[in-house]
Amino acid sequence: MNLWLTLTVNSVALGGVLFLLSSGFSLIFGLMRIPNLMHGSFFMLGAYLGVTLLARGVNFWVAALASAAAMALIGGLIERFLLRRLEGQTLPQVLLTLGFAFIIADVCLMLWTGDPWQPATPGHLRGAVQVAGLYFPIYRLVIVLVAVAVAVALWLLVDWTRLGAMIRAGVDDAPIARVVGIRVSRLFTLVFALGAALAAFGGVMGAPYLSVYPGLDFEMLPLALIVVILGGVGSLLGALVGSFIIGFLYNFGTALLPDLAYVILFLPMVLILVLRPQGLFGKVTT
Amino acid sequence: MSRPASRITSAAVVSALLLALLATLPVWLGRHPYYVNIASQILLWSVAALALNILVGYAGLVSLGHAGLLAVAGYAVGLLLQAGGGHLVACLAAIGVTLAASAVFAVLALRSTGIGFLMITLALGQIVWGVAYRWASLTNGDNGVTLASRPAPMGLSLAGAGPFYYATLVIFLVALLSMWVLVRSPFGASLAGTRDQPRRMTALGFNVWLIRFVAFLISGFWCGVSGLLYVYYHQFIAPPAAALTASAEILLMVISGGTATLLGPIVGAAIVVIMKNVASAYIERWNLVLGLIFILIISFMPEGLVPGSVRLARAGWAWARASLPIKSARQPQERTS
Repeated sequence: MNLWLTLTVNSVALGGVLFLLSSGFSLIFGLMRIPNLMHGSFFMLGAYLGVTLLARGVNFWVAALASAAAMALIGGLIERFLLRRLEGQTLPQVLLTLGFAFIIADVCLMLWTGDPWQPATPGHLRGAVQVAGLYFPIYRLVIVLVAVAVAVALWLLVDWTRLGAMIRAGVDDAPIARVVGIRVSRLFTLVFALGAALAAFGGVMGAPYLSVYPGLDFEMLPLALIVVILGGVGSLLGALVGSFIIGFLYNFGTALLPDLAYVILFLPMVLILVLRPQGLFGKVTT
Repeated sequence: MSRPASRITSAAVVSALLLALLATLPVWLGRHPYYVNIASQILLWSVAALALNILVGYAGLVSLGHAGLLAVAGYAVGLLLQAGGGHLVACLAAIGVTLAASAVFAVLALRSTGIGFLMITLALGQIVWGVAYRWASLTNGDNGVTLASRPAPMGLSLAGAGPFYYATLVIFLVALLSMWVLVRSPFGASLAGTRDQPRRMTALGFNVWLIRFVAFLISGFWCGVSGLLYVYYHQFIAPPAAALTASAEILLMVISGGTATLLGPIVGAAIVVIMKNVASAYIERWNLVLGLIFILIISFMPEGLVPGSVRLARAGWAWARASLPIKSARQPQERTS
């Protein structure tokens, strides 16, 4: 497989992982106005949990779902008992989520040591498929398929279900939504838990390909930030498109201009902020 | 009413005492350069915290990219000295570079306020970290940049702990004084106006964006100065200086001490530096402690230690007056509020 094709496939796969990470971030930020600076930590902790389960011989999908469920529980508890009390106070929310991010980073370092963990690609996802004379690794394609499936599911949930309508109502006007009988606080806990679960799921999906190591949390968090700034706050389509743009920039930048890869990564964000502050698909400015 | 006058006098006395304590600190701690160095660290981080406080406290703009600005100044000095420049030229150029970086940060981040501002500064700070870490041909990557020597302005060598402390103290006092003037100036008042009532300020004809931009530049300038102190103190700078953790530490200093106060960031810097040194002597897990302090402060003293302690002291004083009959007879009850 030639270099360009490899880069393209890797870019698309990274885009899929980034979407799983940033869709939750975008939902939490867009719906609840909470700057969740522990989102990268959810990703990393979820990945570590999944990797541990995999090492014990658990099936890959079971491990991913179990890790997502565990993070949903942890995220839900943090939202219900700590973040809830800080509703509308940006600075305390920032400090609290940042505080947890540091604690999670240190606890992970303590439990899983500083060595990177890279689980083997699950057996039934190994190998490659041949399309038009070119080989594509199955696992990378599966990541993309999962990301697209999650995107469609989230879109259906938010735009087409009763629950989604309630969430949107709570966002537009929480007091009135409460008056008509919607339990807004409960919805917010649900959304936060969902975001945490998606991040953890993304972490496990990405683990065989990115590997899991200390510092992964603060490497992923800025990526989620750029994706959301790029795509527009609260927009799922924006998160999807932004994820793939960043996936491509990251892989091509690292391969072609390794010194400046990080700068290239942030250039589209700069352009968007100057030209279209609400993001590609956003309705309001952040 | 003699109260305001007596308050000013007591404030002056306390400041004079504190100043005398700071000026004679190396004499008290002369035998222990370790403690003098910690005092220097507190002062240099105080400058950074005071700089960030202009934005967080007085402009209401929370930046999580200030360690990036500090590192820009530090790296600029280190690289210019390596290229063969003199200390004075390197420092002036570093401040210029930092101001330029601050202007870029400000233009981008001020497209937004609130959470958006925070996220953009965080992302920009990460760019600085990324450049420091990845652009190894320029910044020497993970190995960092080492400085051969500290400067010797007017023939006074700053190599020792004591002389460096005094240099840091002078710069710290200038920074503190300039903040004091800034806060009380018409500009400081308009800055607080843009924090509290940006729409009304616009309606009154103020250019809110420009006021915030200038505040960002002033903040960036002092952050750069603290970067110079940082790099000369350690004679070394590496990517972690620009990392999100470092930005978060500066923010913790501002918030734990109390935002929009002059004393708060200094108290916060002292707490963080002391905690960090003490904690690292006993445990490896400084970040864990840092995270716990964040959460404890938010839970129990959300307004920060200085305003929080003032509140507790006032409450205690009111309680003492109410419980002591002689005091309450001299001072009527209405004034306890």
